[in-house]
Amino acid sequence: MSEAVLRIEGLHKSFGDLEVLKGIDLAVDRHEVVCLIGASGSGKSTLLRCVNLLEEIDAGRIVIDDVDITAKGVDVDRIRRRIGIVFQAFNLFPHMTILDNVTLAPRKVLGRKRPEAERAATELLERFGLAEKRNDVPDLLSGGQQQRVAIVRALAMEPDLLLLDEVTSALDPELVAEVLNVVRELAAGGMTMVIATHEMGFARDIAHRVCFLDGGRIVEDGPPAEIFSEPREARTRQFLQRIIEAGRL
Amino acid sequence: MGLSGGSRDVDQLGPVGPREPLLFRRRSDREQLARSLTIAIASSVVVFGGLAWIVMNSPGWENVQESFLDPAVFADALPDVIAAFWVNVRLFLIAEVLILVFGLLLAVVRALPGPALFPLRLMATVYTDVFRAIPGLLIIYVLGFGVPGLGIEGVPNDPFFWAVVTLTLVYSAYVSEVFRAGIESVHPSQDAAARSLGLSRLQSLRYVVVPQAVRRVIPPLLNDFIGLQKDTVLVSLIGVVEIFRTAQIKAAANFNFTPFVAVALVFIVVTLPLSRFTEWLIVRQRRRQARTGGAR
Repeated sequence: MSEAVLRIEGLHKSFGDLEVLKGIDLAVDRHEVVCLIGASGSGKSTLLRCVNLLEEIDAGRIVIDDVDITAKGVDVDRIRRRIGIVFQAFNLFPHMTILDNVTLAPRKVLGRKRPEAERAATELLERFGLAEKRNDVPDLLSGGQQQRVAIVRALAMEPDLLLLDEVTSALDPELVAEVLNVVRELAAGGMTMVIATHEMGFARDIAHRVCFLDGGRIVEDGPPAEIFSEPREARTRQFLQRIIEAGRL
Repeated sequence: MGLSGGSRDVDQLGPVGPREPLLFRRRSDREQLARSLTIAIASSVVVFGGLAWIVMNSPGWENVQESFLDPAVFADALPDVIAAFWVNVRLFLIAEVLILVFGLLLAVVRALPGPALFPLRLMATVYTDVFRAIPGLLIIYVLGFGVPGLGIEGVPNDPFFWAVVTLTLVYSAYVSEVFRAGIESVHPSQDAAARSLGLSRLQSLRYVVVPQAVRRVIPPLLNDFIGLQKDTVLVSLIGVVEIFRTAQIKAAANFNFTPFVAVALVFIVVTLPLSRFTEWLIVRQRRRQARTGGAR
């Protein structure tokens, strides 16, 4: 069909009585970087978790490369291999070394041999300045380093699509830049990404397209220059106003 | 206990206490420690001395001393009792390995998802409920006498075999609950991270959840094993000649209960190090958790 890697159509998701997503439509092209912005509770994280099938959806479809991944009988493990996700709280495996964190999925899911997987992992870790940490356990690393490892761990599966869920929100301010730089490098390398973020400056720099979520809907969607400079919707303006007042833009 | 409680208070005073000059604070720490020590020693002397006085001045003390604390009988019984204890050791070592395997299997079965596996989960749940409900004593009788009594070809007759089976069945029910608590204590985000990389639920359990769970439950597991070691004496009921049965024989021969005291001493000597080790592990774990902020 189109160049769209990811197409979301009419996505609804509730937790009990609380409807978090009220009909999301979104298409992401190959090599495109889409940033989701919006207040906490607007549904950004839930949207990403639905795309990775970590949450079951109530209505709608999610299509990846023209395959409906929300259809019945679909092999979720196969789909998740192609979609990487990085979480706010890193979620590294604390009982494994950095190298094992990165190589676990390639070895157990893709069936790579250990030396081969370790060579590939070491190359990736080197690229992001983490090679000398490869034999440490996650607890010995700073938050910024841990989050970079989490990104490397997702990249080791060579995903077609990478989802980043507020990857800098749990970090001390001085550690944010090192993680954002990694994401910038990935964007420059053509990685298709959907990024939920509170870092507006970063979103403006990196995104091809920014979606503003409010109350479970995409209220406004456009190139960053347009969203940040001349938003059409009143709610977008109010949100950005609050961000500016908080000194975050 | 009183002593260690006192010194712990002193430890806490350091970082938490008010910011006083370092030298002064150190001296007051030392004074406090000395005070705690004195109180602990004095109260121990009063309590234990008092208890000993009451026992030794009781009207039946001489009779009891004779029938429970006879040095000659003790010297005669001890070598046989220790020799018989190797049966108990063999019993609990074999049972412990089987319990770890079977208990973990039960816990993993209960952690498996999906409606199709409901019968399996139900079986595991019923199993743990039933075997925790029935006193081990009854199970020993039923398995040790009942099953061989059926006379089925190829079913072992050996009481030692049925002793291992009984202890394994009973303790696996407890141990599986310990493992299950451990599995549930691993934060769901760990499973989510594993699943998001494409690992199946079983792979996530195998490589991510269970290894973390097992580390956390080692102290409570050791605690269960201390209980198991003592419960090995129950199998004397189906004719395994182990430490307790040997002591019974010795006691009957001498018309004296001292061999049982010897048994008690053997169990204390064996269990004490394990108890201290378990406590040490718990303290170490708590300290580690405090350092890394726990949850992750």
